[in-house]
This record gives sequence, structure tokens and C-alpha cells, in this order.
Amino acid sequence: MPEDYKAPLPRPTPESRPFWDGCKQHELRLQRCRDCGEAYFYPRNVCPGCLSANVEWFRASGHGKVHTFSVVYAGGRNPPLELPFVLAVIELDEGVRVMSNLVGVPADPEQIRCDMPVVVEFADVTEQVTLPRFRPA
Amino acid sequence: MSREKRRAQRGTIAIVGAAESDVVGKQPEKSALMLHAEGARNALADAGLSVRDVEAVLSTGRQTANDIPEYLGIRPRYMDNTQMGGCSFIAHLEHALGLINAGVAEVVLITHGESGRSRIGMEGTGFAPESPAGQYEMPFGIGGPATRYALAAARHMHEYGTTREQLAEVAVATRKWACLNPRAAMREPITVADVLQSRQVSWPFNLLDCCLVTDGGGALVVTSAERAADCQQQPVWVLGTGEATCHAIISQMPRFHVWDAAIRSGERAFEMSGARHADIDLAMFYDAFTIVPILALEALGFCGLGEGGPFVAGQRTAPGGAFPMNTNGGGLSYTHSGMYGMYLLVEAVKQLRGECGERQVKGAKTAICHGTGGILSAAATAILSTER
Repeated sequence: MPEDYKAPLPRPTPESRPFWDGCKQHELRLQRCRDCGEAYFYPRNVCPGCLSANVEWFRASGHGKVHTFSVVYAGGRNPPLELPFVLAVIELDEGVRVMSNLVGVPADPEQIRCDMPVVVEFADVTEQVTLPRFRPA
Repeated sequence: MSREKRRAQRGTIAIVGAAESDVVGKQPEKSALMLHAEGARNALADAGLSVRDVEAVLSTGRQTANDIPEYLGIRPRYMDNTQMGGCSFIAHLEHALGLINAGVAEVVLITHGESGRSRIGMEGTGFAPESPAGQYEMPFGIGGPATRYALAAARHMHEYGTTREQLAEVAVATRKWACLNPRAAMREPITVADVLQSRQVSWPFNLLDCCLVTDGGGALVVTSAERAADCQQQPVWVLGTGEATCHAIISQMPRFHVWDAAIRSGERAFEMSGARHADIDLAMFYDAFTIVPILALEALGFCGLGEGGPFVAGQRTAPGGAFPMNTNGGGLSYTHSGMYGMYLLVEAVKQLRGECGERQVKGAKTAICHGTGGILSAAATAILSTER
């Protein structure tokens, strides 16, 4: 675990607590609507497809694709990884998109492709917080 | 609301005063509120109206709806603090249309003031760590807006083959307009090679793909057709308006390569106005990053989806080109205080009145202003004309 991790940290809220607790257990959790069947992210108490409150948590596969990305050379104060790093939006197999970092690949736009397959891994950045990251599958 | 009802409002309100703060650029001696006030004073003087004529104040920034009226000594009967990002002031025009036509107010003041660079009176900016952005995006290093707009640019390049050279064409053409504007911050000509060799920020953007960060303000005075007839300035008529939102945080953008909010706001504005694309003499498109005008050109139907890169090639949007765009020098080279939408509107009004000197688009009668709010989250469009 990094000694003095300074990058911004999430502050979980009642609706997001199961997601962040899941990350801590190295388990990627999503929600699904029991009425319309839609899987969704980010955590909400209502389904963004139909506004039903009849929603449940489930464990996601952790597999997906890089939907889009940027190689960040100047990312403001306290970046989460050493510069340059890869910021990416991952489209999970369940059909939802999450922002994350792509690791295990050089931070070089020539070496990354939109739609390349990836799989989740977990980074315990502090005692309290674990972040999902993705690497090439 | 029926299409007929919208169309009937075409040309029912006019911009009769438009101005910026005395100076735009680096102004460490001024707070955000001072910049609001300078814009308001200058716009009311431009209109030949008094602060006592103002019945509604539409504004946004770090302030509540109460703050601007108090600072300016106005007791409005209607306040609107709609905050959808940099295009808010264009959306305020649509709100003014509703207000004026509903008889709520006849003289509407829209103000902007932002100490984007010097950060005077700008406390409270940034995302709370419990907000959606704070939980699901900030921890991954989004930093400033460049990284997030880059995500749209990268997918656009992937889907359509848009090139970094095409992005750079936007920066080069916009700089040429800035060279004709004595108030512009950046007035040295640049080349495509200069853009591609400038400092890397967030691929595919280099420094010259990114807008400036400055201090500035501005305001508009908007009124009914009846009242406009008595004002000292030639009225600039509001023919059509539209606004839309499609997400808040960029990771939830429905299609990264297509600006859905802009499609919706643009369709509404064009439909209300009755204008055709061929009628547009001037395009003022928010250029926070070089990809944004390209997305706007496609979403608003000036070219097909995916054709924005080829559209801007060959300096088509530069002075002397077939498609005059961002004639003040844009957020890229003129000024960009953070919520840039006000400057799009002020420049369009000044162009339509023929007040732009060396950079004047000859015979410009009809202009389109279009902005982004958030990270392509919202969009607002206005079509303005010298003729009703």
C-alpha cells in the first residue's frame, strides 16, 4: 500500500457504499433493475432506465473493453499514478461504462486501442479505499 | 409545446445591449463580482437603458440568484441562476424569451463575471468528494477539463479517422482571427506544426489545442420587440433558441463521438427560427478544445457525422475562408474565463451590427451561437439576426 497517497479519494455515500465496500473486497459490484432488467452504473437508489426503486446489487464479471482513453501528461495536482498515465472509460461486458485507469501497458497512445479487451484489478491505495483499475485481458 | 407556438415566438425578443468588461485577460485587481458589474454597466450603457429599467436578472457563476441583483442595486421581479456550465448564458436567452413573452418582465439583464485566472472571489469551485464526479471520476486523475474532453476526441478519431492535424486546423484558423482583434490575448500567428509540437497535455491534445484561462465579464440586455423599437441600438433579433443536456459526468456520455445534447438544442433552434444552414453568415462555436467546434459542426448539421475534420481542413473557418467561425479569436486565442458562452453572444451581436473593424464579416446578417456546458454535458444554441 502506498505510504502517502495524495490523489483525490472518493467519499462514499449511502447509495454507493456497497460499491466501495465491494472494491475493498476486490469484487466489482453493479446494480440492476428488477423491473426493467437494466444494469447500470453509477450507484443510485432508482433505476435510470425506468425510475423503479426495485433495484439489486450483483457481482460484475470484471471484463470489458477500453471505450475511449487519454494519455495524461499534465493532470493537475496529485495524480493517482506517475505521469504520464492512462485515463480510460471502460465499457463493461454488462453494458455499463466506468471511468478508470488502464495499467499494465505503456502510457503511449500508439500502444492502446479503443475497444481493446481489459479486465479489472484492484489497487488498495489507502487503508480505507480500494480503486478498480483495468489491464489488458 | 407545439411547434407552431415555438415558431410564433421567432423574432419576438431582441438583444439591445451587449458588452464585455473593460478589459479581458489577466486582471488580478478585480473580483468576479466586479467583472459582472463592469459587464452590466457597459451593456446597459450600450442599450441606453438605466439600471432602474431592469426587471429580471439572469446570471450564474459562483453566486446565488440573490447576489448579482444586490451587488448591482437591482430589485428584480424574476431571478434565474440556471447553471449548466459555459453555455448557460445562451440558455438564459431562451429563458428570457419565455419570461418576456409571458409578460413577467420586459427588460432582462443577463450577466457573466469570472476571475478564472486570478481566482478572486471564486472560492467553492471543484467537486465535492461525495459527488458523482468526486466518487467516480476524480480518483482516476481527471484534473482539469482537458483530460475529459480528450476522451471525446479520442473516440471521434477512432470512429471517423479524424486526425490531430484536423484538430490543429481549428487552432490555426482561430488564431488568424485573433490576430485581427486588438483585445485578443494571443496574436502571434501559428501553424499546424506549431500545434503538433506544443507541449503535450492530454493526448490527443497539446497545449495549443486547449483554450486560455483568463478573467473577464460581459452582459446582455434583452427586451420585447415593442421596447426594442425605442432603444438606441439596432436590435439583434433572437430567431431561435434551444437547450439540452445528455449527461453530467463525462464517463456517462451516451456517445463519445456524437454530441447528442447539441443535436437536440440545434434542432430546436433551427426549427423555431425557420433559418436554413445556408442563411448562416457567422458561426460562434464554443472552442474550449479543438474537438468542440468539430463536434458542433456535425451535431448542428453543417456537415454529416464524422465529416467535421475534413470540413475544417484547408483553413475553411479562417479569415477569408468559406465559413467564418469564432471571429473574436475564440476561447483558444481571444479569452476564456471559464464560462465562455457570454463572449460568443457579444461577438455575434457586434458582428451583426457591423462594429468589428478589421475582423468584420462583410454583410453578416445571421449568426449562430452554440456552446458546451460541463464536459459536453449540456448544449445551448441561439440563432440571431438583423432581420426578423
